[in-house]
Amino acid sequence: MITQIIYKTLLASFILVMSLLVAMYSTLIERKVAGWFQDRHGPNRAGPWGLLQPLADGVKLFFKEEFMPNSADKFLYILGPSLTMFIALLTSAVIPWGPDLVINGQTYSLQMADINIGILYIFAIVSIGVYGIMIGGWASNNKYALLGAVRASSQMISYELAMSLSIITIVMMTGSLSMRDIVAQQQGFHWNILYQPLGFLIFLICAFAETNRSPFDLPECETELVGGYHTEYSSMKLGFYLFAEYINMFISGAVMATLFLGGYHFPGLDKLGLSPNVFAFVSFIVLFTKITFFGFIYMWIRWTLPRFRYDQLMKLGWKSLIPLAILNVVITGVVILLNQ
Amino acid sequence: MKHLTSRSKIVSNKKMTFWERIYFPAILGGMWITFGHLFRKKTTIQYPEVNREFSDIYRGKHVLKRDDEGRERCTSCGLCAVACPAEAITMVSAERKPGEEHLYREEKYAAIYEINMLRCIFCGDCEEACPKEAIFLTKEIVHSEYQRDKLIYGKNELLEPVDPAKRIDVSKRQTPEVLEFKKNKRYKHNR
Repeated sequence: MITQIIYKTLLASFILVMSLLVAMYSTLIERKVAGWFQDRHGPNRAGPWGLLQPLADGVKLFFKEEFMPNSADKFLYILGPSLTMFIALLTSAVIPWGPDLVINGQTYSLQMADINIGILYIFAIVSIGVYGIMIGGWASNNKYALLGAVRASSQMISYELAMSLSIITIVMMTGSLSMRDIVAQQQGFHWNILYQPLGFLIFLICAFAETNRSPFDLPECETELVGGYHTEYSSMKLGFYLFAEYINMFISGAVMATLFLGGYHFPGLDKLGLSPNVFAFVSFIVLFTKITFFGFIYMWIRWTLPRFRYDQLMKLGWKSLIPLAILNVVITGVVILLNQ
Repeated sequence: MKHLTSRSKIVSNKKMTFWERIYFPAILGGMWITFGHLFRKKTTIQYPEVNREFSDIYRGKHVLKRDDEGRERCTSCGLCAVACPAEAITMVSAERKPGEEHLYREEKYAAIYEINMLRCIFCGDCEEACPKEAIFLTKEIVHSEYQRDKLIYGKNELLEPVDPAKRIDVSKRQTPEVLEFKKNKRYKHNR
């Protein structure tokens, strides 16, 4: 029991540090990739290949002036970024990062909590995520911030529907809400993306909207709203908002990899006869590669597509994605029924 | 219909086809284009390590020329300061003392000659105004500084070295007519 508690604490700290590190270096990779897409080099002055750039950025954010508008609601103003960061880190709890470790004959799961409603948990947390933005935008007492926050909340609520509907098909196929079961069912090359391409596409688009990434980055929308919901934020509070976005990217990549790309499974990997711990490590690397792939897709899309207009965004969400998702559910149901 | 300007365009309001409406072919096309850019040659010039190739008549930092014997050409006439549209040039004249003939070409010289590089717009009017071929702009860049007063360049920064090997060649900045004129040693200017 004690060892389990120690192990879980270690795992939790590991996941926390990993999320933060990945988010830190995502900012560098984002800028690098942006540079490459625009025939530039990207940041390359701080350390070799610019590897110290995230540190420099972090130090800069820490030492910037802590600005708070006079008319802001002090408590909510601080609560906003804290909540966003907190919730961004919560989601990683149910993601199975790899198969079980075996130490001294005891098995240790590489998943923080194997709750039997894993997917519901993720949706619940993601829905709370909008509160951080909403509260921050509201507390700033600034019209741009408020507009950004309003956009963020309506956008997230609209896209959550289609997102959940696209997941329902996975749940129908697996017969379980547990992330662990969903991954186990995709062993080998039975990846859900092969059975649910439409569902994957809908989920991917909704994930872009949920993480406020371009082309759905209307909540920040520099060209119209200055900085959107974080217009009035400076210093590390702003850093938290920006950081949370990258953590969200990472986690949503992990969720997509888990739900659609077979999680830590790779065809033929389990037949190599590796020892359990090596196998767990290699599987983790496989999952990580898939997440990195999604991270790259996020950046690729960002530097390809222009921002949607707000009415287009709403039209796409309500008039295209939700009917498509419902259609997908119906088709899946019929196919499952016929196969019984 | 008669157009009000020659630049008016006919706007087509045609309905998008199904393929255009689902956006995906267009999005994939766009992604293909951006992906191609990943492997292009970067256009950046890594400045401190690599320098951009400058033209021979680039208008950069000024130089105060010496003549062949290493004497300062400037006679502190003030024409450059008058010509300067940014009023960046100031000078204090002094009279040449006996025994200083090897330092200054003519009886009057500039004891202090300063160009404020923050004001200078590098137009080259000083170069054009100078009757003594004493001031030229060069290919060199004026580097940035942390303090403003460091950007007021005096004779220390501007005067070219006496050492013939370190002289700054400005012959490429002069027109063929000027170069031809300079060969004529009949004029005092060229001696």
